[in-house]
Amino acid sequence: MSGTFTTSAARNIFFGGTVFFALVFLALTFQNERIIPQRDQRAQLAANPGIAVGKRLWETNQCIGCHTLLGEGAYFAPELGNVYKRRGPDFIKAWMKSQPTGTAGRRQMPQFNLTDKELEDIVAFLKYVSEVNTNNWPPNVEG
Amino acid sequence: MKYQSQSVAKIYFIGAMVLFAAQILFGLIMGLQYVIGDFLFPLIPFNVARMVHTNTLIVWLLMGFMGSAYYLVPEETETELYSPKLAIAMFWIFLLAAGLTVVGYLLVPYATLAKMTGNELLPTMGREFLEQPTITKIGIVVVALAFLFNLTMTVLKGRKTAITLVLMLGLWGLAIFFLFSFYNPDNIVRDKFFWWWVVHLWVEGVWELILGAILAFVLIKVTGVDREVIEKWLYVIITLTLVTGIIGTGHHYFWIGTPEYWQWWGSIFSALEPIPFFAMTLFAFNMVNRRRREHPNKVATLWALGTGVMSFLGAGVWGFLHTLSPVNFYTHGTQITAAHGHMAFYGAYVMVVLTMISYSMPLMRNRVANSNFAQVVEMWGFWLMTVSMVFITLFLTAAGILQVWLQRVAATPMSFMDTQLQLSLFYWLREVSGVIFLIGLVAYLWSFFCKGEAARA
Ligand code: HEC
Ligand code: HEM
Ligand code: HEM
Ligand SMILES: [Fe+2]
Repeated sequence: MSGTFTTSAARNIFFGGTVFFALVFLALTFQNERIIPQRDQRAQLAANPGIAVGKRLWETNQCIGCHTLLGEGAYFAPELGNVYKRRGPDFIKAWMKSQPTGTAGRRQMPQFNLTDKELEDIVAFLKYVSEVNTNNWPPNVEG
Repeated sequence: MKYQSQSVAKIYFIGAMVLFAAQILFGLIMGLQYVIGDFLFPLIPFNVARMVHTNTLIVWLLMGFMGSAYYLVPEETETELYSPKLAIAMFWIFLLAAGLTVVGYLLVPYATLAKMTGNELLPTMGREFLEQPTITKIGIVVVALAFLFNLTMTVLKGRKTAITLVLMLGLWGLAIFFLFSFYNPDNIVRDKFFWWWVVHLWVEGVWELILGAILAFVLIKVTGVDREVIEKWLYVIITLTLVTGIIGTGHHYFWIGTPEYWQWWGSIFSALEPIPFFAMTLFAFNMVNRRRREHPNKVATLWALGTGVMSFLGAGVWGFLHTLSPVNFYTHGTQITAAHGHMAFYGAYVMVVLTMISYSMPLMRNRVANSNFAQVVEMWGFWLMTVSMVFITLFLTAAGILQVWLQRVAATPMSFMDTQLQLSLFYWLREVSGVIFLIGLVAYLWSFFCKGEAARA
């Protein structure tokens, strides 16, 4: 690097560049906050308190440790962001009740011993997530 | 070692090594569960093994960063650490919190752990990488603040260098962005949006500052090149990092309910993110080629060069592979992601911590470098771990391509579980590579106990 490009010039470019692009990112974030109400199904969330309860159950049973939700999480078990559309509410409840399958050599999902009300809430949460506008992801119903 | 207090780094590095070993053992358990689904079920369900694998990884990297900072800052600022006692106390608190958390994961169901630790008071658990009980998270914040206080006080009373400034910016950023882990709204879109402010703005933002600073420090030491030159490089690299990486966060905002414009911003800026990693590779090789001395610690130089190459491959090349939104539409949340995650974490952060350990441990043990024999054993560790990580990445990439094809592209898409069965061969090969990684790790750890005549200055 040439003699005219000093360390303090490099430092100033670093601070200037970082602050500028951080501000652009913040502006994009504000714009994001303005647009997502049309996409994130917050009306459902307000109407049905069970969804928030379902989300908490989702978290405290660590479903994300095996599954993806909208493509984020673990890659060991099926995508669940669209499982409501793939399987429907009754299948999901019956599935949760009948775990583990015990099939030798097959990947296993634990029994979480959820009550009927809790299953209702998990399903409400999964329905809510499946209706978020994801720009048509996943490519097909298999997730 | 110029300052007595630098030696507090030693316990941090030892703690990091112990957790590293645990991380790899649990990685192997999961690798086996991928092909023998009921292995250790219900004793250790997959999600539990995964939490242990990823959380021990993060904690040992944090310990590695802390140890590195405790070693680096006194030497750069030319003064003793503000409080070595505080540093040692924080180490034990951190280790205890991490240990208890892992024991909690392994011994009680996660829902019970959540209840025991009062998650409902401030629910933060159950999100990927942020699975720790809320009280553990608070513990991490306390440890981080005490650590930053200690270092900031040291910097204030000593010499100010670009390397310490960049390191401190990175470490403060690490602590500040971690605070977003306490924000967990019911709205899943906003939850996911701000989750990435921890995860992405860490690994593709502030952690890169830490990476650059540590690498610059070690390069000055082993090559003897002018500080002036190295510090300019460092500023150029981190400028490129943050200019591309901050808006690059948008590459996670394609399909989670966020607006379409992120596809443009995210694709374009993140496509530029490999540039700083490439600059880092050039930097490392350039400095070593221009070296003014032959440092007897050859293996530390090898680690430094390895970091340059592997971080570019893992983060730069494997990141670019799936970062454009039309590609990511198909690869999102597949084994391609896992392939990239492994090589990027290993190539950048694991390797830079091992670089610092390799350089500083001999000095803390009163020698300039280890004996030739110990260095050769450590080099075996380097090559076995690095090459097997390349293979893990390649096998997961092959699995990922096949997965995308069968499950997402084919005219009659296969279900997730049927697809997984088709990938078994690659998962077996990944597991074999993982065993070789473990052998490399054993060689690496063994090198600390190898005797032989130590090099002198
Ligand atoms: C230890 C790993 C693990 C955890 C934790 C886990 N699952 Fe599963 N889950 C699986 C596996 C594996 C399958 C596929 C099993 C099979 O097909 O035999 C599955 C399948 C499912 C399915 C059926 C998907 C389909 O498309 O057929 C649903 C629904 C489901 N899980 C819901 C949940 C929920 C809700 C939670 C959290 C309360 C959860 N899972 C936690 C491993 C797990
Ligand atoms: C230092 C070396 C390693 C690092 C840095 C590392 C890092 C990681 C990370 C970051 C994840 C989360 C992945 C993601 O979300 O994309 C992960 C998951 C995983 N790792 Fe590792 N890992 C290492 C070694 C290993 C080894 C040796 C094995 C076993 C052969 C292994 C097996 C796994 C498995 C099976 C998963 C779960 C992937 C899933 O979610 O389905 N890892 N690892
Ligand atoms: C050292 C730096 C990096 C590390 C440690 C790293 C690590 C990771 C990890 C662990 C994930 C998985 C997150 C999850 O579980 O959901 C991920 C995702 C991703 N990374 Fe990186 N990464 C780095 C740099 C990069 C760079 C430079 C790029 C782009 C050029 C990139 C592009 C991506 C993309 C697009 C995803 C999302 C994958 C998906 O849609 O499933 N990464 N990264
Ligand atoms: Fe990212």
